[in-house]
Amino acid sequence: MATPILQPVERENYLNKEYGVWSWLLTTDHKRIALLYLISITLFFFIGGFFALLIRLELLTPAGDLVQADTYNKLFTMHGMVMVFFFLIPSIPAVLGNFLVPMMIGAKDLAFPRINLLSWYLYIIGGVMMLHCMLTGGVDTGWTFYAPFSTSFTNTNFIEAGLAIFVAGFSSILTGLNFVVTIHRMRAPGMTWSRLPLFIWAHYATSIIQLLGTPVIAVTIVLVAAERALHLGIFDPKLGGDPLLFQHLFWFYSHPAVYIMILPSMGVITEIIACFSRKRIFGYHFVAFSSIAIAVFGFLVWAHHMFVAGISVYSALVFSFLSYAVALPSAIKVFNWTATLYKGSIHYDAPMLYAFGFLGLFTIGGLTGLFLAALGIDVHVTDTYFVVAHFHYIMVGGAVMGYLGGMHFWWPKISGRLYPEGWARLAALIVFIGFNLTFFPQFVLGYMGMPRRYYDYSHMPEFQVLNVLSTAGATVLGVGYLLPMVYFLWSMRYGKPASDNPWNAAGLEWQTASPPTTFNFDAEPVVTWEAYNYEELDAPHKEGVPVAR
Amino acid sequence: MHDSSTTVVHDRNGEAHAAHNPALLHHFAEPQQQRDAASLGMWVFLATEVMFFGGLFCAYLVYRQWYFGDFAAASKSINMGLGATNTAVLICSSLTVVLAVWAAQTARRSLLIGSLALTMLLGLTFLGIKGIEYRDKFVEHHVPGASFSFENEPIPGHPGQYANARHAQMFFSLYFVMTGLHALHMIIGLGIFLWLLIMAWKGRFTPEWHTPVEIGGLYWHFVDIVWIYLFPLLYLIDRHP
Amino acid sequence: MSAHSSATSSPLKMYFAVFFALLVGTGLTVYAATLDLGRYNAAVALGIATIKATLVALFFMHVWHASEKLTKLVVIAALFFLLLLLGLTMSDYATRMWS
Repeated sequence: MATPILQPVERENYLNKEYGVWSWLLTTDHKRIALLYLISITLFFFIGGFFALLIRLELLTPAGDLVQADTYNKLFTMHGMVMVFFFLIPSIPAVLGNFLVPMMIGAKDLAFPRINLLSWYLYIIGGVMMLHCMLTGGVDTGWTFYAPFSTSFTNTNFIEAGLAIFVAGFSSILTGLNFVVTIHRMRAPGMTWSRLPLFIWAHYATSIIQLLGTPVIAVTIVLVAAERALHLGIFDPKLGGDPLLFQHLFWFYSHPAVYIMILPSMGVITEIIACFSRKRIFGYHFVAFSSIAIAVFGFLVWAHHMFVAGISVYSALVFSFLSYAVALPSAIKVFNWTATLYKGSIHYDAPMLYAFGFLGLFTIGGLTGLFLAALGIDVHVTDTYFVVAHFHYIMVGGAVMGYLGGMHFWWPKISGRLYPEGWARLAALIVFIGFNLTFFPQFVLGYMGMPRRYYDYSHMPEFQVLNVLSTAGATVLGVGYLLPMVYFLWSMRYGKPASDNPWNAAGLEWQTASPPTTFNFDAEPVVTWEAYNYEELDAPHKEGVPVAR
Repeated sequence: MHDSSTTVVHDRNGEAHAAHNPALLHHFAEPQQQRDAASLGMWVFLATEVMFFGGLFCAYLVYRQWYFGDFAAASKSINMGLGATNTAVLICSSLTVVLAVWAAQTARRSLLIGSLALTMLLGLTFLGIKGIEYRDKFVEHHVPGASFSFENEPIPGHPGQYANARHAQMFFSLYFVMTGLHALHMIIGLGIFLWLLIMAWKGRFTPEWHTPVEIGGLYWHFVDIVWIYLFPLLYLIDRHP
Repeated sequence: MSAHSSATSSPLKMYFAVFFALLVGTGLTVYAATLDLGRYNAAVALGIATIKATLVALFFMHVWHASEKLTKLVVIAALFFLLLLLGLTMSDYATRMWS
């Protein structure tokens, strides 16, 4: 919980307005709910990271000598389930989205504050169920829990894990619902769609995916649970079912899910790049519509996860073509970010370092996605470490870097304190180095043929060197992640108090106090300026130097 | 926007608003905004429900294509009369729902209460008939599982051919999951309408504010629409003599 | 929403007209199912169901008189993504036997 910050003359803000556990557990203030999420998802990040550590330790040696095969299956399953459903999917929307969306549009709160709190409780209930499942033996189906293993053959308690994901999914749906209604209905006077920060466009697009995709995996989990518990034969070949139908239904959500994970991060990066280049984003409307395009196109490509599973070749051709198409809006964004940097006044504060890291790593991850979209290449590298590296580049190199960049950028607003800039830049560098050391070798491993989800590669001991490098990288990465936890906490008591707008950034959220009051604005703002009005903000300061920190 | 039950106050900007309308939540600027938010929220939620049932319709579509004859035989064994009756019951209940909304709009308290109660009665009738159908299936050993049996059932239109029991069981698996999930939504709907009935009885709804009746109604109509599709797909695959 | 469209007595006539149309449609569906229309049985049944669903959505759920285009957009979006799920999935199943 936030430590009360005692200063001689402290304004009332959302943190000190009320004290006591119940003022937090029964809050309807979107900012407090964001912090509740922050604590919860950080906990799950550590749990997922712990499983990753065990995986990397096992893979230090070719022999399966640390854990048994069944245990290893549980490790990568739990790592995936926790990281995907309980960390990445909520992360930016539930923490930064909840905190910032109302403020960025000039509203006092989200449209449905009580449903927002319900969202968090559903997340917690799902999380507790998942924890219980892990503590009572875990699941070994892979985070993708394919039938018929998950329906008929696994001896682990999949139903509990599945229901945990179902409940967390409902939390995700309600968050998306809240954002869509809020963005449509609660914008301040003058805040037209074309004046919205691109962070809002990104969250709107994310919400569309959450709303329309999550119910499909929800009903899939219901079917798997029904098959497991009641022996209905929906996906069981012995009873006339088709395991591929499971995969279609599963990936219909799980592919768009990856866009749930990356779109908010892209929104964060857009805000950071604009601020630290002191420039309006190049091609505002292109970036805005590309977010919507990613959300829509993202629903058209799911069977590229099934190229070798047995779908028809003609269908595979269609999905391969569509998978190339979905890269276009992402590429548009990368070009627009780059064009924004061009002739900008660049400042290398920690958020910007994370943004630079994002640009490079997301591009690599995205390009390798195109390699995978090519049927010929996919046949060779599917289910190898090439795929593992690809998605970690996007999800960790992309989404997590965006999350960390955003946490640093808005930390003064959230906490009213400045984090120590020197340590933050060091941490960003350590994360970047650790990340590449962990995951680049995995591209090579995959290309060389190392399968994923294998705990023993003693049939190909030449893989060991790259695996050792990867594990070393993971250790460095872990240090990089721990540092911000330490100095953020440190800053809450000892950090320099932040002004309302330490970055001299554009955006309504910076016109509130740091930290903001419970209702954000003293009076409803009336917007008469365009987004990213950095020229106006910097006008008195000829060289575009942000106001002193 | 003002009526006798609200007090008009002026905030620091000199804007007049119904600050003491108990139904206006603090984070909304005015009642219309709150109403529009609630309405949009329910519509968006219904969109998620379309996708939720959509997954089941997808599974149904795939297996109906694969096992058409067996599905037709299985479909013939469920009671079309009861299914059609249930369809009519739900259509009547959708009528009573729109009457309830109209009654709320026009301050007709008795009609509002009566329509809400009648809606619930029709919903319970639907569930009752469904229960009879489920019992029939149980008795005939058409419930998927260890005691499932579907022998010597002719495939409609193919004299001399009999349905494959495994494939027929697939039909029944989908039948129970789809109608079961639909029934669960009906039960939730009944809970919502019970709450609406209580609120209406206490006189909480006025022509200015009856949003829960409207959005509760939207939910009920959606559940009706799902059944409108379930009925022909499950009961009427092949009914020609 | 509908509270601000003209709440006159004419909605009642419309509601009852739609109600009767729905009942007639149900009867028609049952009757058509007893006819042998070959592979058009399914199309007729689903066609009538779609008309019924459309009537419920447009008139009982007030989409026809919706004050905003947004309501219609939400409905269209939901249908679009549903058809995407069904259509693209069937594109696999329908073409499996080709190769």
